[in-house]
Amino acid sequence: MNRIDQRFDELKRQGRKALIPYITAGDPGPEHTVGFMHALVEAGADVIELGVPFSDPMADGPVIQKACERALARGTRLVDLLDMVAEFRQSDTRTPVVLMGYLNPIERIGYAAFADRAAQAGVDGVLVVDMPPEEADEFGPILKQRDLAAIFLVAPTTSRGRAATICAHGEGYLYYVSLKGVTGAATLNAQDVAEHLAPLRELTRLPLCVGFGIRDGITAAEVAKVADGVIVGSALVNRIAEHADTPEVIAGELASVLSEMRTAMDA
Amino acid sequence: MSVSAKGETPNAKPGLSDLTRLPDARGHFGPYGGRFVSETLSFALEDLEKTYHSLRDDPDFQAEFDVDLAHYVGRPSPLYHAKRWSESLGGAQIWLKREDLNHTGAHKVNNTIGQALLAKRSGKPRVIAETGAGQHGVATATVAARLGLSCDIYMGAQDVERQKLNVYRMHLLGARVIPVESGTRTLKDAMNEALRDWVTNVDDTFYIIGTVAGPHPYPQLVRDFNAVTGREARRQSLEQIGRLPDALVACVGGGSNAIGLFYPFVEDEGVAMYGVEAGGDGVETGRHAAPLASNAPRGVLHGNRTYLMSDEAGQVSDTHSISAGLDYPGVGPEHALWKDVGRVEYVTANDKEVLEAFRELTRMEGIMPALESAHALAHAKVLAPTMGRDQHIVVNLSGRGDKDIMTVADIDGITF
Repeated sequence: MNRIDQRFDELKRQGRKALIPYITAGDPGPEHTVGFMHALVEAGADVIELGVPFSDPMADGPVIQKACERALARGTRLVDLLDMVAEFRQSDTRTPVVLMGYLNPIERIGYAAFADRAAQAGVDGVLVVDMPPEEADEFGPILKQRDLAAIFLVAPTTSRGRAATICAHGEGYLYYVSLKGVTGAATLNAQDVAEHLAPLRELTRLPLCVGFGIRDGITAAEVAKVADGVIVGSALVNRIAEHADTPEVIAGELASVLSEMRTAMDA
Repeated sequence: MSVSAKGETPNAKPGLSDLTRLPDARGHFGPYGGRFVSETLSFALEDLEKTYHSLRDDPDFQAEFDVDLAHYVGRPSPLYHAKRWSESLGGAQIWLKREDLNHTGAHKVNNTIGQALLAKRSGKPRVIAETGAGQHGVATATVAARLGLSCDIYMGAQDVERQKLNVYRMHLLGARVIPVESGTRTLKDAMNEALRDWVTNVDDTFYIIGTVAGPHPYPQLVRDFNAVTGREARRQSLEQIGRLPDALVACVGGGSNAIGLFYPFVEDEGVAMYGVEAGGDGVETGRHAAPLASNAPRGVLHGNRTYLMSDEAGQVSDTHSISAGLDYPGVGPEHALWKDVGRVEYVTANDKEVLEAFRELTRMEGIMPALESAHALAHAKVLAPTMGRDQHIVVNLSGRGDKDIMTVADIDGITF
């Protein structure tokens, strides 16, 4: 059984909701990423989304764009991320890791070669922002053969028909994008999110996780009431940006943002 | 479509008439094209596709488009025999398809007129666009002014610098020009930012893409709106030359003016076609914007799969060209397929050759071309002497050069 499914089973039994932090790998330098991952787990992360830096992150706001620029300036490549995950796995064999990014870096390696190496490194899921299920008929089965979950986005603008297709193809969890816009753009409306999640429950048994617009313990707790998981990205990446010149304090900063959310969600 | 087919030429060479029937239902041109976008935009693209397909064969819509092209754009544009220049090159006769004489000074307006009609039908009060040289931005601001739509244009900060005149034109037309400081500060970054705007404001905003790239259905509809150029050129060739030309030449950045000229000739086997990409400092230096001619790897950017200049790690490369309008690392997916099947030959002209062609046409024919179009002229200059005097080349003079005067003056060391 895939680590993601295991983790959501455990959480369900415990009556808890998943807390899923996102950081861009290689920001502010590739040597820090594995340490950050462990710090996030200690602060209460259930799943880690590791962002693959890309030169043209079209769905991201300025916070994650700049994170990509910092990571790329330090030469972070997709193959380096796989090494990071392998290193992380030496001391953490339980926390699921999902790679999130854009298609082109994967295309350069080749779908099968990438999937082989990702599975070997200990990756559990892949979310390609610019690959909807319609374009995934080649890549999807390649991931499945290696027990890597293909995770897809659902947006407020997704029609019921499309949602059904996405649910049929999705694995691991569904990533519900809480608002129209790019990452880090605004604060979500929990009531609005609840209204959009209800029809998805009828379509799928996949856990529904919500991202975009979650900034602090209060928003995290609100979302946790209606969703199975809470995804937080820009709020963490902001801290990395603020302390990019003193990387030794970042792990502590990330832990404090995440612990506040964990506490609020579990209260 | 399959990944394994990405690097290979399709097994069976499609017939020429098959080529004109693309894209398929999902927006693919063989292994290229498609709709690689984040989920929030999927519904808007499905919507646009439905609207476009219902209007494409609607005689009322086509009539409205044709009337605008005739009375607002000033079509048909002439096919002009550049006798003196042809004579001096000592080979084939060169004919210029004068898209520079269109309202706003380039071919771009053909497409913005068409998309503005779609925007009007969609009822959205705001349009956005990306622009490189500023021609598409001006053409979009123009149709927005005419329809009373609010208009924001994204333009790379570097291009804002080198195309000041067009920036001011857009301001005068009532558009807001937003300089894009991210990435390489050129056309691709402007397109990223326009996509970010669209994903945020998708309910009330129509995105007028300026080239035959982007997610389906944009490559198809931008081609169809531009194809008026080729239809006219075909008819004019029969009238003025008495037969079809032997060769067509057009510059290729994203590839909209080239597709507009080429598409109606695709099935005419005897007509050779040359797409001229930006050679920059020379393809061998790596400082260029020629994904097809340099045989760049296949990749995915801005919603479609195509030839894409990127490094080993899949990061999109910096591009270099004297011409802001061609400074783009990708190319329309239909061009990618035409390269693979050998229907069009893709070549380059470097900055130096382009400037020579710019000066030569200006001095010999009294026509000042855009630096983009001067790429096509530079290749015609190479091609014509290899052909007979009784042979004919049609070059798409896609835009006029007024906007580039400052760039050329700068190279000449002149400050105003």
